[in-house]
Amino acid sequence: MHYNWNWGIFWQESPDGVSTYMDTLLAGLKWTLALSASAWIMALIIGTVIGTIRTMPNKWAVRLANGYVELFRNIPLIVQMFLWYFVMPEIVPASVGNWLKSLPNASFITAFLALGFFTSSRIAVQVSAGINALPRGQKLAGTALGLTLPQTYRYVLLPMSFRIIIPSLTNEFAAIIKNSSVALTIGLVELTAATYSMREFTFQTFEALTGATVIYVIISAIALLLARWLEKAIAIPGFIAAGSANTGGH
Amino acid sequence: MFSNFDFDVIQRSWLYLFTTGMKFTLTLTLVAMIGGILFGTVLAMMRLSHNKAISLIATSYVNLIRSVPLVLVIFWFYFLVPYIGAWIIGASQPVQVGAFSSALITFILFEAAYYCEIMRSGIQSIPRGQVSAGYALGMNYWQMMGNVVLPQAFRNMIPILLTQTIVLFQDVSLVYVLGSVPDFVTVASKIAQRDGRLVEMYMFVAVVYFVMSFGLSTLVKKLQQRVAIIR
Repeated sequence: MHYNWNWGIFWQESPDGVSTYMDTLLAGLKWTLALSASAWIMALIIGTVIGTIRTMPNKWAVRLANGYVELFRNIPLIVQMFLWYFVMPEIVPASVGNWLKSLPNASFITAFLALGFFTSSRIAVQVSAGINALPRGQKLAGTALGLTLPQTYRYVLLPMSFRIIIPSLTNEFAAIIKNSSVALTIGLVELTAATYSMREFTFQTFEALTGATVIYVIISAIALLLARWLEKAIAIPGFIAAGSANTGGH
Repeated sequence: MFSNFDFDVIQRSWLYLFTTGMKFTLTLTLVAMIGGILFGTVLAMMRLSHNKAISLIATSYVNLIRSVPLVLVIFWFYFLVPYIGAWIIGASQPVQVGAFSSALITFILFEAAYYCEIMRSGIQSIPRGQVSAGYALGMNYWQMMGNVVLPQAFRNMIPILLTQTIVLFQDVSLVYVLGSVPDFVTVASKIAQRDGRLVEMYMFVAVVYFVMSFGLSTLVKKLQQRVAIIR
């Protein structure tokens, strides 16, 4: 059994002639971070709206929001990426479809939409769990003070529930960084894809994979530390870790 | 909108898709679930061990696996397993490992890290007094775990274990990145590319996954109400 280790490979010139293989990985990391961050913002906004609707008194709104959550949770992310990338441009009017296909960063934009919608359904579940974990009296107290229902959500329920669900949102944030790797299937050269191309050019398989693993471990450690700090900074004593939906997943 | 669609491609290939692709996906899901829960339980017991070294090994393993994407882990084991195989049987060349065994090893080792966390909270949900009672009755560690703690922990966690299994069922689709493993998505995309019918095929794949995952998670919810231990 022979494998020729060569850890110096990271500092050797890559086929583009100007940068090293380390730069290849870091360029991939940039796409991973850009995709995760942008999809996270989208997911947080839509997830909060949908998660809030799921706790409202209107039955039909709740059903619609539940349908949204089930739709995006029960189709594997890779299939959702294919739907946005291959199927969507074909079922919209031809002019829009051609415009979508001609976009310079088509794979980034489709990956952003797919990952954003996918994660939004998971965040929605957490947001509703957080609101439901609050004592019923908080909502009643809000309306008894003369706040309208939207005001009660805005000033009482949502600020409390977000503090409760920070640990599960941390998990979701770690998950979105990992899930962004699925974008390699539609041609985005993010960190995992960059690793794979480095492997194809050099055949230094295990060095390339180790490099990517170390980078992923470092970024999830940083994300975890930031979340701990955030949790401490905004905690209200006695209201942490009370409610998180156990939804499975990564 | 659907005027120039050709859903005939699905009629032609659905039987093949299910008997080859879906059969592979389901077999892999089931075997990886069993292997993952067994290995995950061992990891959970190691994490909760009083022996610092054992606990550290299990904790590092779980945290490492949980911080890297599944796609990367799939690549790792795809390239690593032939070398491990060669090392075990003492061969000088990397051994050829079949697609199924390679994918199976990957998913058992990967999902075990997630099952471990579920089993750990299951074990911790059993009151300490039961452990002491077990020891007081003269049981050793294995008897106490096997007869008192694990059966209850497992029962408490069945719904969450099954929810994680539905995630695993969806995760199997990621072996698509290897291109050579005949799971449902890979087989469907091969046919789609052969016939130039990506749109129809991927919509069909999405519908099949949706119906199966949604059906399974509804069953899990029903089961959750039935197995709940009334306290």
